[in-house]
Amino acid sequence: MNGVHDLGGTDGLGPVPVPTSEPVFRAEWEKAAFGMFSMPFRAGFFGVDAFRYGIEQMHPAAYLLSPYYEHWAHTVEHYGVAKGVLDEAEIDERMQYFLENPDAPMPERDDPDLLAFVDAVVKAGAPAGRPSDKVAKYAVGDRVTVIDDSPHGHTRKARYVRGKTGVIEMAHGTMIYPDSAGNGGPEAPEHVYTVKFTNEELWGAEAAEPNGVVYFDVWEPYIEAAS
Amino acid sequence: MTVHIRTQEEIAARVKALEAIMIEKGIMTTAAIDRLAEIYENEVGPQLGAAVVAKAWTDPDFKARLIANATEACAEMGIGGLQGEDMVVVENTDAVHNVITCTLCSCYPWPVLGLPPNWYKGPEYRARIVREPRKVLREDFGFDVPDSVEVRVWDSSSEMRYWVLPARPAGTEGLDEKALAALVTRDSMIGTGAPKAP
Repeated sequence: MNGVHDLGGTDGLGPVPVPTSEPVFRAEWEKAAFGMFSMPFRAGFFGVDAFRYGIEQMHPAAYLLSPYYEHWAHTVEHYGVAKGVLDEAEIDERMQYFLENPDAPMPERDDPDLLAFVDAVVKAGAPAGRPSDKVAKYAVGDRVTVIDDSPHGHTRKARYVRGKTGVIEMAHGTMIYPDSAGNGGPEAPEHVYTVKFTNEELWGAEAAEPNGVVYFDVWEPYIEAAS
Repeated sequence: MTVHIRTQEEIAARVKALEAIMIEKGIMTTAAIDRLAEIYENEVGPQLGAAVVAKAWTDPDFKARLIANATEACAEMGIGGLQGEDMVVVENTDAVHNVITCTLCSCYPWPVLGLPPNWYKGPEYRARIVREPRKVLREDFGFDVPDSVEVRVWDSSSEMRYWVLPARPAGTEGLDEKALAALVTRDSMIGTGAPKAP
């Protein structure tokens, strides 16, 4: 989708707000929201690609103006409701309760398996590499062009590289294809490559900063041999 | 266009509502939330990446392995895991300065840098660092890269996780690995700053 999340090259947003220091979590609710990737992931709400697509479907103004971890709460709600596990009216009602009773305690429940899962998933991760017998169409050194289209749904084909030509710098093997998995489809692994683009190619000779390049990872269906 | 931008109080209440319901449904527990937060507050952070960098500065064979396969080299030190399943380390030299971003979301190498700072995840940095990196580094981070040095921006659009091996500062010849690690900042591994001077 051509969403506001696809920020690369957007002008007019102003300086980067860099504080001298900040805590890892700025509020208690950020800790709970941070738990809303790995635990609902374990419960089958989403993989990482679908998780991102849920965030991308926030209203653009809310996306830009809300604190980061609200994005995570949004995508959990999106998929929880879609799967019938969560109910919008119930969330609204409970939200109202916590607005009026901000210090009300959480329900109590122990789950040693979940606690063990948290430590295990942080250590082991969730690799995206998937074996495939697909033969790579391209190799390091090939000149390729990113196909200039605007797919609906989730994609990692950022607008600022569409139609641009670069050189393959690395080949990473086959990995889960976000344009399938992020849209509710199978993992459908595809070859992933790192493509190097010059600043001039991306922004034009006049606007480009001197002596610079941008590396961007593409899945094989994103590219074609440069003409 | 109608959209309500929630206040902090409203967000906190919404998140509590989701948390409470998911606890009741067997999806979350407060103990697991607290443990996960504690890991990234106290255990997994840029001190791990700094240890890797210091080892690379003192051990040329390790550095070669780190550049060849960062995931495996970090695993030698017991470092790796979530959001760093496939890591690539890119080296700063006299001729090249690297900087990482994720223009589409917030991808960042958690096992070596911990969770990203808010500015890394915010729209300003993600929008501008690919278009005017020298200007962002100079004006927003006070870090000047001469035009003679190539700026390479790594946009983490796939699950590959890039991070920067900064150049070893001058005047550190006598320092051991531990003293060197203390010079390595988070921003020097993002590419928005230099290591501290000895």
